[in-house]
Amino acid sequence: MIVLDNVTKAYAKGTHALNGISLHIDKGEFVFITGSSGSGKSTLIKLLLKELEPTSGSIKVNGINLGRMKNRAIPRYRRMLGVVFQDFRLLKDRNVYDNIAFAQRVIITPTKKIRKNVPAMLSLVGLAEKYKSFPRQLSGGEQQRVALARALVNSPEILLADEPTGNLDPKNSKEIMRLLEIVNERGTTVVVVTHNQEIVDEMKKRVIVLDKGVIVRDERQAGYTYAD
Amino acid sequence: MFSLASIATMSACIFLFGLFFALVQNFQNMIKEAEEAVTMIVYFEKDTPQETMDAVGREIQTRDGVGRVEFVTAEQAWDSFKVGYFEERPELAEGFEDDNPLVDYAHYEIYLDDVSQQDNLVTYIQSLAGVRRVKASKEVADILVGFNSLVGYVAVSIIILLLCVSVFLISNTVTIGIAVRKEEIGIMKLIGATNSFVKAPFVVEGILIGIIGAALPLGLLYYLYNSLTRYVAGEFDVLTGFLAFLPVEEVFEILLPAGLLLGVGIGFFGSFFTIRKHLKV
Repeated sequence: MIVLDNVTKAYAKGTHALNGISLHIDKGEFVFITGSSGSGKSTLIKLLLKELEPTSGSIKVNGINLGRMKNRAIPRYRRMLGVVFQDFRLLKDRNVYDNIAFAQRVIITPTKKIRKNVPAMLSLVGLAEKYKSFPRQLSGGEQQRVALARALVNSPEILLADEPTGNLDPKNSKEIMRLLEIVNERGTTVVVVTHNQEIVDEMKKRVIVLDKGVIVRDERQAGYTYAD
Repeated sequence: MFSLASIATMSACIFLFGLFFALVQNFQNMIKEAEEAVTMIVYFEKDTPQETMDAVGREIQTRDGVGRVEFVTAEQAWDSFKVGYFEERPELAEGFEDDNPLVDYAHYEIYLDDVSQQDNLVTYIQSLAGVRRVKASKEVADILVGFNSLVGYVAVSIIILLLCVSVFLISNTVTIGIAVRKEEIGIMKLIGATNSFVKAPFVVEGILIGIIGAALPLGLLYYLYNSLTRYVAGEFDVLTGFLAFLPVEEVFEILLPAGLLLGVGIGFFGSFFTIRKHLKV
Protein backbone atom coordinates (compact mmCIF):
# COMPACT_ATOMS: atom_id res chain seq x y z
CA MET A 1 0.00 0.00 0.00
CA ILE A 2 2.74 2.49 1.03
CA VAL A 3 6.26 1.83 -0.23
CA LEU A 4 9.22 4.15 0.34
CA ASP A 5 12.44 3.22 -1.42
CA ASN A 6 15.65 4.92 -0.28
CA VAL A 7 13.88 8.27 0.28
CA THR A 8 15.96 11.30 1.18
CA LYS A 9 14.59 14.76 1.88
CA ALA A 10 17.13 17.56 2.24
CA TYR A 11 16.12 21.14 2.92
CA ALA A 12 17.76 24.20 1.41
CA LYS A 13 20.06 24.71 4.41
CA GLY A 14 21.54 21.29 3.73
CA THR A 15 19.88 19.57 6.67
CA HIS A 16 18.59 16.08 5.93
CA ALA A 17 15.10 15.55 7.39
CA LEU A 18 15.04 12.03 5.98
CA ASN A 19 18.14 10.14 4.99
CA GLY A 20 17.64 7.21 2.63
CA ILE A 21 14.74 5.51 4.37
CA SER A 22 12.95 2.46 2.96
CA LEU A 23 9.62 1.37 4.30
CA HIS A 24 6.71 -0.91 3.45
CA ILE A 25 3.26 -0.56 4.98
CA ASP A 26 0.60 -3.10 3.97
CA LYS A 27 -3.04 -2.42 3.28
CA GLY A 28 -5.08 -2.45 6.49
CA GLU A 29 -2.08 -1.99 8.81
CA PHE A 30 -2.03 0.25 11.87
CA VAL A 31 1.39 1.86 12.24
CA PHE A 32 2.84 4.25 14.81
CA ILE A 33 5.73 6.45 13.72
CA THR A 34 7.62 7.83 16.69
CA GLY A 35 10.84 9.67 17.33
CA SER A 36 12.13 12.83 18.92
CA SER A 37 11.49 16.32 17.52
CA GLY A 38 13.34 16.86 14.25
CA SER A 39 13.62 13.13 13.57
CA GLY A 40 11.71 13.52 10.29
CA LYS A 41 8.22 12.27 11.28
CA SER A 42 6.29 15.28 9.98
CA THR A 43 8.39 15.40 6.82
CA LEU A 44 7.35 11.82 6.16
CA ILE A 45 3.66 12.75 6.47
CA LYS A 46 4.17 15.75 4.17
CA LEU A 47 5.86 13.55 1.58
CA LEU A 48 2.94 11.12 1.71
CA LEU A 49 0.51 14.01 1.28
CA LYS A 50 2.62 15.25 -1.63
CA GLU A 51 3.04 18.59 0.06
CA LEU A 52 6.79 18.05 -0.35
CA GLU A 53 8.88 16.29 -2.99
CA PRO A 54 11.68 13.92 -1.95
CA THR A 55 15.21 14.94 -2.90
CA SER A 56 15.84 11.38 -4.04
CA GLY A 57 14.22 7.97 -3.85
CA SER A 58 10.69 6.93 -4.72
CA ILE A 59 7.37 6.80 -2.91
CA LYS A 60 4.53 4.58 -4.09
CA VAL A 61 1.06 4.72 -2.59
CA ASN A 62 -1.50 2.20 -3.76
CA GLY A 63 0.75 1.48 -6.75
CA ILE A 64 0.97 5.16 -7.73
CA ASN A 65 4.48 6.58 -8.05
CA LEU A 66 4.16 10.03 -6.46
CA GLY A 67 7.30 11.29 -8.23
CA ARG A 68 5.67 10.78 -11.61
CA MET A 69 2.34 12.23 -10.62
CA LYS A 70 1.24 15.31 -12.56
CA ASN A 71 0.09 18.34 -10.57
CA ARG A 72 -3.47 18.08 -11.80
CA ALA A 73 -3.66 14.50 -10.51
CA ILE A 74 -2.78 15.52 -6.92
CA PRO A 75 -6.36 16.37 -5.82
CA ARG A 76 -7.63 12.97 -6.95
CA TYR A 77 -4.73 11.27 -5.13
CA ARG A 78 -5.41 13.20 -1.90
CA ARG A 79 -9.00 12.03 -1.91
CA MET A 80 -7.60 8.55 -1.15
CA LEU A 81 -6.16 9.97 2.08
CA GLY A 82 -7.72 11.30 5.26
CA VAL A 83 -5.63 13.63 7.43
CA VAL A 84 -5.85 14.58 11.11
CA PHE A 85 -3.60 17.20 12.71
CA GLN A 86 -2.57 18.03 16.26
CA ASP A 87 -4.20 21.49 16.00
CA PHE A 88 -7.44 20.06 14.49
CA ARG A 89 -7.54 22.65 11.67
CA LEU A 90 -11.30 23.13 11.78
CA LEU A 91 -12.96 26.07 10.06
CA LYS A 92 -13.80 28.34 12.97
CA ASP A 93 -16.65 30.16 11.25
CA ARG A 94 -18.58 26.96 10.46
CA ASN A 95 -20.43 24.60 12.73
CA VAL A 96 -19.65 20.92 13.22
CA TYR A 97 -22.01 19.78 10.46
CA ASP A 98 -20.59 22.24 7.93
CA ASN A 99 -17.00 21.40 8.82
CA ILE A 100 -17.62 17.79 7.92
CA ALA A 101 -19.87 18.57 4.96
CA PHE A 102 -17.11 20.87 3.66
CA ALA A 103 -14.93 17.82 2.94
CA GLN A 104 -17.75 16.32 0.90
CA ARG A 105 -18.49 19.54 -0.96
CA VAL A 106 -14.84 19.80 -1.95
CA ILE A 107 -15.17 16.56 -3.89
CA ILE A 108 -18.56 17.63 -5.30
CA THR A 109 -20.70 15.11 -3.42
CA PRO A 110 -24.46 15.50 -4.07
CA THR A 111 -26.26 17.28 -1.20
CA LYS A 112 -28.54 14.30 -0.69
CA LYS A 113 -25.52 12.08 0.04
CA ILE A 114 -23.95 14.73 2.28
CA ARG A 115 -27.14 14.80 4.39
CA LYS A 116 -26.82 11.05 4.83
CA ASN A 117 -23.04 10.75 5.31
CA VAL A 118 -22.41 13.58 7.76
CA PRO A 119 -24.83 12.41 10.49
CA ALA A 120 -23.46 8.86 10.09
CA MET A 121 -19.92 10.14 10.70
CA LEU A 122 -21.07 12.25 13.63
CA SER A 123 -22.66 9.18 15.19
CA LEU A 124 -19.43 7.23 14.71
CA VAL A 125 -17.41 9.84 16.61
CA GLY A 126 -20.19 10.34 19.21
CA LEU A 127 -21.06 13.93 18.38
CA ALA A 128 -24.50 13.52 16.81
CA GLU A 129 -26.03 15.94 19.32
CA LYS A 130 -23.49 18.67 18.71
CA TYR A 131 -23.85 19.10 14.96
CA LYS A 132 -24.86 22.75 15.37
CA SER A 133 -21.98 23.70 17.69
CA PHE A 134 -19.07 25.81 16.57
CA PRO A 135 -15.47 24.70 17.21
CA ARG A 136 -15.01 27.29 19.97
CA GLN A 137 -17.90 25.69 21.87
CA LEU A 138 -16.23 22.26 21.88
CA SER A 139 -13.50 20.75 24.05
CA GLY A 140 -10.17 19.72 22.49
CA GLY A 141 -11.22 16.09 22.42
CA GLU A 142 -14.49 16.95 20.70
CA GLN A 143 -12.73 19.14 18.14
CA GLN A 144 -10.37 16.29 17.32
CA ARG A 145 -13.32 13.96 16.88
CA VAL A 146 -14.85 16.44 14.43
CA ALA A 147 -11.52 16.56 12.58
CA LEU A 148 -11.50 12.76 12.50
CA ALA A 149 -15.07 12.67 11.17
CA ARG A 150 -14.04 15.13 8.46
CA ALA A 151 -11.03 12.98 7.56
CA LEU A 152 -13.18 9.86 7.32
CA VAL A 153 -16.32 11.15 5.63
CA ASN A 154 -14.89 10.67 2.14
CA SER A 155 -14.03 7.03 2.96
CA PRO A 156 -10.25 7.31 2.53
CA GLU A 157 -8.12 4.22 1.99
CA ILE A 158 -5.38 5.63 4.19
CA LEU A 159 -5.68 7.79 7.30
CA LEU A 160 -2.65 9.90 8.22
CA ALA A 161 -2.71 11.35 11.74
CA ASP A 162 0.02 13.81 12.74
CA GLU A 163 0.17 13.97 16.57
CA PRO A 164 -3.62 13.52 16.89
CA THR A 165 -3.42 13.40 20.70
CA GLY A 166 -0.80 16.13 21.08
CA ASN A 167 -3.30 18.61 22.55
CA LEU A 168 -5.51 16.16 24.42
CA ASP A 169 -5.71 14.79 27.96
CA PRO A 170 -5.23 11.02 28.52
CA LYS A 171 -8.98 10.29 28.52
CA ASN A 172 -9.61 12.05 25.21
CA SER A 173 -6.41 10.60 23.74
CA LYS A 174 -7.66 7.10 24.47
CA GLU A 175 -11.05 7.94 22.95
CA ILE A 176 -9.40 9.15 19.72
CA MET A 177 -7.24 6.04 19.58
CA ARG A 178 -10.29 3.83 20.10
CA LEU A 179 -11.91 5.55 17.12
CA LEU A 180 -8.78 5.10 15.00
CA GLU A 181 -8.83 1.42 15.87
CA ILE A 182 -12.47 1.13 14.76
CA VAL A 183 -11.59 2.85 11.49
CA ASN A 184 -8.67 0.45 11.04
CA GLU A 185 -10.87 -2.55 11.73
CA ARG A 186 -13.15 -1.35 8.91
CA GLY A 187 -10.20 -1.74 6.51
CA THR A 188 -8.55 1.71 6.44
CA THR A 189 -4.77 1.77 6.70
CA VAL A 190 -3.85 4.03 9.63
CA VAL A 191 -0.51 5.80 10.05
CA VAL A 192 -0.16 7.73 13.31
CA VAL A 193 2.76 10.03 14.10
CA THR A 194 2.98 10.42 17.87
CA HIS A 195 5.04 11.17 20.96
CA ASN A 196 2.48 9.59 23.25
CA GLN A 197 4.30 6.72 24.93
CA GLU A 198 1.31 5.54 26.97
CA ILE A 199 -0.89 5.14 23.90
CA VAL A 200 1.76 3.35 21.87
CA ASP A 201 2.55 1.00 24.73
CA GLU A 202 -1.09 0.22 25.31
CA MET A 203 -2.12 -0.45 21.71
CA LYS A 204 0.66 -2.84 20.78
CA LYS A 205 0.77 -2.03 17.06
CA ARG A 206 3.63 -1.82 14.60
CA VAL A 207 6.07 0.89 15.70
CA ILE A 208 8.57 2.62 13.41
CA VAL A 209 11.10 4.80 15.22
CA LEU A 210 12.92 7.57 13.37
CA ASP A 211 16.06 9.26 14.59
CA LYS A 212 17.89 11.99 12.65
CA GLY A 213 16.11 10.98 9.45
CA VAL A 214 16.78 7.25 9.56
CA ILE A 215 14.68 4.31 10.74
CA VAL A 216 16.28 2.96 13.88
CA ARG A 217 13.55 0.49 14.77
CA ASP A 218 10.64 -1.18 12.96
CA GLU A 219 8.85 -3.66 15.20
CA ARG A 220 5.40 -5.29 15.13
CA GLN A 221 3.12 -5.48 18.18
CA ALA A 222 5.60 -3.29 19.98
CA GLY A 223 5.75 -0.58 22.63
CA TYR A 224 7.26 2.87 22.60
CA THR A 225 10.65 1.59 23.69
CA TYR A 226 12.48 -1.65 22.96
CA ALA A 227 10.93 -4.67 24.64
CA ASP A 228 13.90 -6.17 26.43
CA MET B 1 -14.40 44.81 4.44
CA PHE B 2 -11.58 44.92 1.94
CA SER B 3 -14.03 43.95 -0.80
CA LEU B 4 -16.02 47.08 0.05
CA ALA B 5 -12.90 49.18 -0.33
CA SER B 6 -12.25 47.48 -3.67
CA ILE B 7 -15.79 48.14 -4.86
CA ALA B 8 -15.44 51.79 -3.84
CA THR B 9 -12.16 52.29 -5.65
CA MET B 10 -13.28 50.29 -8.66
CA SER B 11 -16.41 52.49 -8.74
CA ALA B 12 -14.22 55.58 -8.69
CA CYS B 13 -12.16 54.24 -11.61
CA ILE B 14 -15.20 53.30 -13.67
CA PHE B 15 -16.86 56.62 -12.82
CA LEU B 16 -13.80 58.43 -14.16
CA PHE B 17 -13.78 56.17 -17.19
CA GLY B 18 -17.48 56.86 -17.82
CA LEU B 19 -17.08 60.58 -17.31
CA PHE B 20 -14.14 60.65 -19.64
CA PHE B 21 -15.94 58.47 -22.17
CA ALA B 22 -18.98 60.78 -22.17
CA LEU B 23 -16.73 63.81 -22.59
CA VAL B 24 -14.78 62.21 -25.43
CA GLN B 25 -17.97 61.11 -27.16
CA ASN B 26 -19.42 64.61 -26.97
CA PHE B 27 -16.13 66.05 -28.07
CA GLN B 28 -15.88 63.71 -31.01
CA ASN B 29 -19.46 64.48 -31.92
CA MET B 30 -18.61 68.19 -32.01
CA ILE B 31 -15.52 67.50 -34.11
CA LYS B 32 -17.60 65.36 -36.45
CA GLU B 33 -20.12 68.13 -36.84
CA ALA B 34 -17.25 70.51 -37.58
CA GLU B 35 -15.85 68.02 -40.09
CA GLU B 36 -19.19 67.75 -41.80
CA ALA B 37 -19.15 71.50 -42.29
CA VAL B 38 -15.83 71.28 -44.12
CA THR B 39 -16.42 71.47 -47.85
CA MET B 40 -14.29 71.06 -50.92
CA ILE B 41 -15.21 72.81 -54.13
CA VAL B 42 -14.45 71.34 -57.53
CA TYR B 43 -14.32 73.74 -60.51
CA PHE B 44 -14.28 72.65 -64.13
CA GLU B 45 -12.41 73.70 -67.27
CA LYS B 46 -14.16 76.11 -69.60
CA ASP B 47 -16.84 74.46 -71.76
CA THR B 48 -16.72 71.14 -69.96
CA PRO B 49 -19.77 69.19 -71.13
CA GLN B 50 -22.44 68.36 -68.54
CA GLU B 51 -21.88 64.60 -69.08
CA THR B 52 -18.23 64.94 -67.99
CA MET B 53 -19.26 66.88 -64.92
CA ASP B 54 -21.90 64.25 -64.08
CA ALA B 55 -19.30 61.49 -64.48
CA VAL B 56 -16.91 63.35 -62.14
CA GLY B 57 -19.76 63.72 -59.60
CA ARG B 58 -20.44 60.00 -59.71
CA GLU B 59 -16.73 59.19 -59.30
CA ILE B 60 -16.41 61.48 -56.29
CA GLN B 61 -19.46 60.01 -54.61
CA THR B 62 -17.86 56.56 -54.56
CA ARG B 63 -14.69 57.69 -52.73
CA ASP B 64 -13.94 57.04 -49.04
CA GLY B 65 -14.53 59.96 -46.71
CA VAL B 66 -17.12 61.62 -48.96
CA GLY B 67 -20.44 62.31 -47.26
CA ARG B 68 -22.57 64.39 -49.60
CA VAL B 69 -21.93 65.78 -53.07
CA GLU B 70 -23.99 68.70 -54.33
CA PHE B 71 -23.87 70.06 -57.86
CA VAL B 72 -24.21 73.83 -58.18
CA THR B 73 -25.01 75.08 -61.68
CA ALA B 74 -23.54 78.32 -63.04
CA GLU B 75 -26.94 79.96 -62.56
CA GLN B 76 -27.22 78.83 -58.95
CA ALA B 77 -23.66 80.04 -58.33
CA TRP B 78 -24.52 83.49 -59.76
CA ASP B 79 -27.80 83.70 -57.81
CA SER B 80 -26.05 82.85 -54.61
CA PHE B 81 -23.28 85.36 -55.37
CA LYS B 82 -25.83 88.07 -56.08
CA VAL B 83 -27.55 87.43 -52.75
CA GLY B 84 -24.26 87.69 -50.91
CA TYR B 85 -22.68 90.55 -52.84
CA PHE B 86 -25.47 92.84 -53.98
CA GLU B 87 -27.78 92.45 -51.03
CA GLU B 88 -27.63 96.17 -50.18
CA ARG B 89 -27.70 97.42 -53.78
CA PRO B 90 -29.64 94.89 -55.91
CA GLU B 91 -29.90 97.38 -58.77
CA LEU B 92 -26.16 96.95 -59.40
CA ALA B 93 -26.75 93.31 -60.27
CA GLU B 94 -29.32 94.28 -62.83
CA GLY B 95 -26.49 95.44 -65.09
CA PHE B 96 -25.56 91.81 -65.58
CA GLU B 97 -29.01 90.88 -66.80
CA ASP B 98 -28.90 87.80 -69.05
CA ASP B 99 -25.15 87.81 -68.75
CA ASN B 100 -23.87 85.40 -66.15
CA PRO B 101 -20.29 86.35 -65.28
CA LEU B 102 -19.95 82.99 -63.50
CA VAL B 103 -20.87 81.00 -66.58
CA ASP B 104 -17.84 78.73 -66.14
CA TYR B 105 -18.32 78.35 -62.40
CA ALA B 106 -20.63 75.34 -62.25
CA HIS B 107 -19.11 73.26 -59.47
CA TYR B 108 -19.47 70.50 -56.95
CA GLU B 109 -19.61 71.12 -53.23
CA ILE B 110 -18.29 68.09 -51.42
CA TYR B 111 -19.13 67.54 -47.74
CA LEU B 112 -16.75 65.19 -46.00
CA ASP B 113 -17.44 62.30 -43.65
CA ASP B 114 -13.81 61.91 -42.77
CA VAL B 115 -11.73 65.01 -43.01
CA SER B 116 -8.48 63.03 -42.83
CA GLN B 117 -9.19 61.82 -46.40
CA GLN B 118 -9.16 65.35 -47.75
CA ASP B 119 -5.57 65.29 -49.12
CA ASN B 120 -6.12 62.01 -50.98
CA LEU B 121 -9.40 63.27 -52.38
CA VAL B 122 -7.87 66.50 -53.65
CA THR B 123 -5.11 64.59 -55.44
CA TYR B 124 -7.60 62.15 -56.88
CA ILE B 125 -10.13 64.72 -58.06
CA GLN B 126 -7.45 66.85 -59.65
CA SER B 127 -6.47 63.89 -61.79
CA LEU B 128 -9.99 63.58 -63.23
CA ALA B 129 -10.70 64.82 -66.75
CA GLY B 130 -12.30 68.26 -66.95
CA VAL B 131 -11.36 69.35 -63.43
CA ARG B 132 -9.68 72.77 -63.33
CA ARG B 133 -9.20 73.34 -59.60
CA VAL B 134 -10.09 71.84 -56.25
CA LYS B 135 -10.53 74.34 -53.49
CA ALA B 136 -9.99 72.99 -49.97
CA SER B 137 -8.78 74.40 -46.70
CA LYS B 138 -5.79 72.34 -45.67
CA GLU B 139 -5.37 74.18 -42.34
CA VAL B 140 -8.87 73.47 -41.07
CA ALA B 141 -8.61 69.83 -42.08
CA ASP B 142 -5.20 69.48 -40.43
CA ILE B 143 -6.39 71.08 -37.20
CA LEU B 144 -9.41 68.82 -37.04
CA VAL B 145 -7.41 65.68 -37.84
CA GLY B 146 -4.77 66.64 -35.26
CA PHE B 147 -7.37 67.38 -32.64
CA ASN B 148 -9.16 64.14 -33.29
CA SER B 149 -6.04 62.04 -32.92
CA LEU B 150 -4.99 63.98 -29.80
CA VAL B 151 -8.36 63.20 -28.18
CA GLY B 152 -7.92 59.58 -29.25
CA TYR B 153 -4.43 59.26 -27.71
CA VAL B 154 -5.45 60.93 -24.45
CA ALA B 155 -8.54 58.71 -24.22
CA VAL B 156 -6.53 55.52 -24.77
CA SER B 157 -3.85 56.59 -22.24
CA ILE B 158 -6.37 57.40 -19.53
CA ILE B 159 -8.32 54.21 -20.12
CA ILE B 160 -5.11 52.12 -19.90
CA LEU B 161 -4.15 53.92 -16.69
CA LEU B 162 -7.58 53.30 -15.14
CA LEU B 163 -7.42 49.65 -16.22
CA CYS B 164 -4.02 49.19 -14.55
CA VAL B 165 -5.21 50.82 -11.32
CA SER B 166 -8.33 48.64 -11.24
CA VAL B 167 -6.45 45.41 -11.96
CA PHE B 168 -3.97 46.31 -9.21
CA LEU B 169 -6.83 46.86 -6.75
CA ILE B 170 -8.54 43.59 -7.54
CA SER B 171 -5.20 41.86 -7.34
CA ASN B 172 -4.68 43.31 -3.85
CA THR B 173 -8.14 42.24 -2.73
CA VAL B 174 -7.52 38.70 -3.87
CA THR B 175 -4.03 38.60 -2.33
CA ILE B 176 -5.41 39.70 1.04
CA GLY B 177 -8.36 37.33 0.63
CA ILE B 178 -5.89 34.48 0.09
CA ALA B 179 -3.88 35.50 3.17
CA VAL B 180 -7.03 35.66 5.32
CA ARG B 181 -8.32 32.32 4.05
CA LYS B 182 -4.94 30.60 3.92
CA GLU B 183 -5.95 28.01 6.51
CA GLU B 184 -9.20 27.24 4.72
CA ILE B 185 -7.39 26.94 1.41
CA GLY B 186 -4.78 24.67 3.01
CA ILE B 187 -7.51 22.39 4.34
CA MET B 188 -9.28 22.38 0.98
CA LYS B 189 -6.07 21.38 -0.76
CA LEU B 190 -5.34 18.57 1.69
CA ILE B 191 -8.86 17.20 1.36
CA GLY B 192 -8.40 16.98 -2.40
CA ALA B 193 -10.07 20.08 -3.78
CA THR B 194 -9.24 20.71 -7.43
CA ASN B 195 -7.55 23.95 -8.51
CA SER B 196 -10.75 25.26 -10.00
CA PHE B 197 -12.71 24.53 -6.81
CA VAL B 198 -10.19 26.55 -4.76
CA LYS B 199 -10.04 29.36 -7.29
CA ALA B 200 -13.76 29.64 -8.02
CA PRO B 201 -14.81 31.68 -4.94
CA PHE B 202 -12.05 34.22 -5.57
CA VAL B 203 -12.90 34.58 -9.24
CA VAL B 204 -16.61 34.87 -8.45
CA GLU B 205 -15.78 37.51 -5.82
CA GLY B 206 -13.66 39.39 -8.37
CA ILE B 207 -16.47 39.32 -10.94
CA LEU B 208 -19.02 40.47 -8.35
CA ILE B 209 -16.76 43.33 -7.30
CA GLY B 210 -16.48 44.17 -11.00
CA ILE B 211 -20.24 44.12 -11.61
CA ILE B 212 -21.13 46.14 -8.51
CA GLY B 213 -18.15 48.44 -8.99
CA ALA B 214 -19.35 49.15 -12.54
CA ALA B 215 -23.13 49.30 -11.98
CA LEU B 216 -22.97 51.90 -9.18
CA PRO B 217 -20.93 54.56 -11.03
CA LEU B 218 -22.77 53.93 -14.30
CA GLY B 219 -26.11 54.55 -12.57
CA LEU B 220 -24.76 57.70 -10.96
CA LEU B 221 -23.31 58.90 -14.25
CA TYR B 222 -26.60 58.31 -16.05
CA TYR B 223 -28.43 60.44 -13.52
CA LEU B 224 -25.79 63.19 -13.45
CA TYR B 225 -25.35 63.38 -17.22
CA ASN B 226 -29.08 63.46 -17.82
CA SER B 227 -29.64 66.16 -15.20
CA LEU B 228 -26.71 68.28 -16.37
CA THR B 229 -27.58 68.20 -20.06
CA ARG B 230 -31.22 69.03 -19.32
CA TYR B 231 -30.17 71.84 -17.01
CA VAL B 232 -27.78 73.32 -19.57
CA ALA B 233 -30.34 73.00 -22.36
CA GLY B 234 -33.01 74.64 -20.19
CA GLU B 235 -30.99 77.41 -18.58
CA PHE B 236 -28.40 78.32 -21.21
CA ASP B 237 -30.22 78.63 -24.54
CA VAL B 238 -27.30 80.63 -25.91
CA LEU B 239 -24.95 77.69 -25.63
CA THR B 240 -27.10 75.19 -27.49
CA GLY B 241 -26.01 76.56 -30.88
CA PHE B 242 -22.42 75.39 -30.54
CA LEU B 243 -22.56 73.14 -27.48
CA ALA B 244 -24.95 70.36 -28.46
CA PHE B 245 -24.73 67.48 -25.97
CA LEU B 246 -25.45 63.97 -27.13
CA PRO B 247 -28.62 62.53 -25.57
CA VAL B 248 -27.96 60.29 -22.54
CA GLU B 249 -29.39 57.23 -24.33
CA GLU B 250 -26.89 57.63 -27.16
CA VAL B 251 -23.92 57.91 -24.77
CA PHE B 252 -25.07 54.93 -22.70
CA GLU B 253 -25.72 52.77 -25.76
CA ILE B 254 -21.96 52.13 -25.75
CA LEU B 255 -20.98 53.21 -22.24
CA LEU B 256 -23.30 50.79 -20.41
CA PRO B 257 -22.11 47.55 -22.04
CA ALA B 258 -18.51 48.84 -22.20
CA GLY B 259 -18.50 49.82 -18.52
CA LEU B 260 -20.06 46.55 -17.36
CA LEU B 261 -17.75 44.52 -19.58
CA LEU B 262 -14.80 46.47 -18.25
CA GLY B 263 -15.86 45.83 -14.64
CA VAL B 264 -16.45 42.12 -15.21
CA GLY B 265 -13.25 41.82 -17.28
CA ILE B 266 -11.10 43.56 -14.67
CA GLY B 267 -12.74 41.50 -11.91
CA PHE B 268 -12.25 38.23 -13.75
CA PHE B 269 -8.72 38.69 -15.06
CA GLY B 270 -7.50 40.53 -11.96
CA SER B 271 -8.60 37.73 -9.65
CA PHE B 272 -7.78 34.87 -12.02
CA PHE B 273 -4.16 35.84 -12.58
CA THR B 274 -3.56 36.83 -8.95
CA ILE B 275 -4.83 33.53 -7.65
CA ARG B 276 -2.71 31.70 -10.21
CA LYS B 277 0.31 33.58 -8.94
CA HIS B 278 -0.35 33.10 -5.23
CA LEU B 279 -1.90 29.68 -5.09
CA LYS B 280 0.44 26.90 -5.99
CA VAL B 281 -2.25 24.27 -5.57
